[in-house]
Amino acid sequence: MESLMDLLEEARKKEGFSRVRSLRVTVGAFSCVDPGALRFCFDVVTRGSVAEGAVLDIEPVPGTGWCFGCNREIRLDGPGEGCSLCGSVRIQRTAGDDLRLEDIIVE
Amino acid sequence: MCVTCGCGGEQEHLPTKEREEGHRHSHAHESDHSHSHDTPGERERKIRLEQDILGKNDHLAEHNRDRFHRDRMLVLNLVSSPGSGKTTLLERTLEALSGAFPMGVIEGDQMTSLDADRIARTGTPAVQINTGRTCHLDAHMIAHGLEKLPRLTGGVLFIENVGNLVCPSSFDLGESVRVALLSVTEGEDKPLKYPYLFEGSPVVCLTKIDLVPHTGFDRDLFTASLARVRHDARLFELSSRSGEGFSRWLDWIREGVLEASRGSRSREATFS
Repeated sequence: MESLMDLLEEARKKEGFSRVRSLRVTVGAFSCVDPGALRFCFDVVTRGSVAEGAVLDIEPVPGTGWCFGCNREIRLDGPGEGCSLCGSVRIQRTAGDDLRLEDIIVE
Repeated sequence: MCVTCGCGGEQEHLPTKEREEGHRHSHAHESDHSHSHDTPGERERKIRLEQDILGKNDHLAEHNRDRFHRDRMLVLNLVSSPGSGKTTLLERTLEALSGAFPMGVIEGDQMTSLDADRIARTGTPAVQINTGRTCHLDAHMIAHGLEKLPRLTGGVLFIENVGNLVCPSSFDLGESVRVALLSVTEGEDKPLKYPYLFEGSPVVCLTKIDLVPHTGFDRDLFTASLARVRHDARLFELSSRSGEGFSRWLDWIREGVLEASRGSRSREATFS
């Protein structure tokens, strides 16, 4: 959460805005971040900052992996899940690590 | 505050001045973000950032990794819940490998230097990092911890992370390999309950196996749980008290040190 505030501060120095109206954050299925906890922390941490009262838009990103059982890309909702098609656990993850601040709307 | 669970606070392990200077001297880096001006409202504008929120830690971790690589060191990041036997495993390991190559330890705990004191008694240089209200070590803390250790060229650095199965999963420290510990007094299903940590650990030590007759720990159930989360995990079953299973673990470290001293990355490298 401090890292998110650092990014906002860096952006403020570069772009010179006075207030952040909204933020769009992508959260991958494998990112270890719980959207509810993120929202709670966000409200607490942004108090008294340029982002106080900003709308936090959390976009979940599904995980994907390559299943060696069926030799195809499958959807994964989190770690520890076998392939829903063949049951294999031999899966190489291909996407879903995201924890990114995509864009912000400022004034 | 901790990005994962919000349980943290400021990094209290270093005085503010030192932290700031550290950033200014060694970690200064510019973000290269672009921005567009498709203004959504009258006075509003949208700025595209597309930045990794943990990018700063990842960046510092890469610095650490480069340094470890230059010094041809093996670096192991030990993660587990509190009480799984990390410090005892380290004590036995340091005693067994004493004199073989340079060794050092970074101990992470919220408070006290009790663990670093225990390690220091083995004759190995140890640095204690107190994370205060924060629940994990990060790459920045490791960079500063290193300043207080002698050069470990051609040797091994052990990092004992804060006992926690959640937050340390998100923080790359620049280690060669992340090693997760689980003791037989814990549940066989821990890898399923805390999958992020076990998924990110190519090596797993099942500790306190001398207690299996008392706890009834089901090894098959455990290995099946682990395989679901990380099918290619390398597993060491050992007891720091009886020494059972220790030689395989020590051999693996020796091999890793040899590989690192030749400049190659460990086969179990957590991050390529």
